[in-house]
Amino acid sequence: MQLRGYGQGGPDRLDATFAALADPTRRAILARLASGEASVGELAEPFAMTQPAISKHLKVLERAGLVSRGRDAQRRPRRLEAAPLAEASQWLEEYRRFWEATFKHLDALLDELKAGEAKRGRAKRRGADR
Amino acid sequence: MKNAGALQITTPTEREILITRAFDAPRRLVFDAYTRPELLKRWLFGPDGWSLAVCEIDLRVGGTYRYVWRRERDGTDMGMGGVYREIVVPERLVATERFDESWYPGEAVGTIVLVEEGGRTTLTQTMLYESREARDTALKSGMDEGLGAGYDRLAGILASLQTDGDARD
Repeated sequence: MQLRGYGQGGPDRLDATFAALADPTRRAILARLASGEASVGELAEPFAMTQPAISKHLKVLERAGLVSRGRDAQRRPRRLEAAPLAEASQWLEEYRRFWEATFKHLDALLDELKAGEAKRGRAKRRGADR
Repeated sequence: MKNAGALQITTPTEREILITRAFDAPRRLVFDAYTRPELLKRWLFGPDGWSLAVCEIDLRVGGTYRYVWRRERDGTDMGMGGVYREIVVPERLVATERFDESWYPGEAVGTIVLVEEGGRTTLTQTMLYESREARDTALKSGMDEGLGAGYDRLAGILASLQTDGDARD
């Protein structure tokens, strides 16, 4: 797998960020690191997961530039790198806000259309009774 | 609308954006809303201050459509159009899409699938771009401010990640 682009801005990083965020365990790891750095052992604790399994997730997060390693040779604590997360989240958030607002308008229109049909249905039935 | 579903946006492949949303309405009404100009103008009118000034639809395979959004305050136009590739009433619509200003390279293909159950309709809307770069440019299109969130916004994002983690337990 090519590693071009990781650690810089641009399309590869955005994709890697989305892939990294797609997994609930990885999101939970990021949330934990938001409170401060932690070693692999400390990160593995709350999950029913082995350290190698957590390390796999950490690799994905590191390749996306979301997590970096501290210098303590013994513990190699992981820490959260905020910038790529903020970038990707911001784009997605704006895009999402546009579609949320747009679909709310569609909700309102659909309500009107349904009400209109119901009204015509009642009128039809009244007409048929005559 | 009481039972509308939550919006989901994902990027299942490097060239796609996938949107999922449920509506509290039968799918033929949702399909109508997507294909009749007089209805489209009432919901796909863009951000605040914009309207769908032009909406022309020739609803047949090979037929074209054209939308032009207009900003009220200065008359700025944003036009887009394409060709219908597949039409299956009331469940499937596939059309190409290209903006006049072409801020993402190439042409995109939009696919809309409607599935109805018990009077509720789930919409799956996929936008397929020619390249990852085009897809990412399209995704960033909503941004008017520059990149780089403040840490207060980051705190909000991380708080929502925490909620996801809690919900999982």
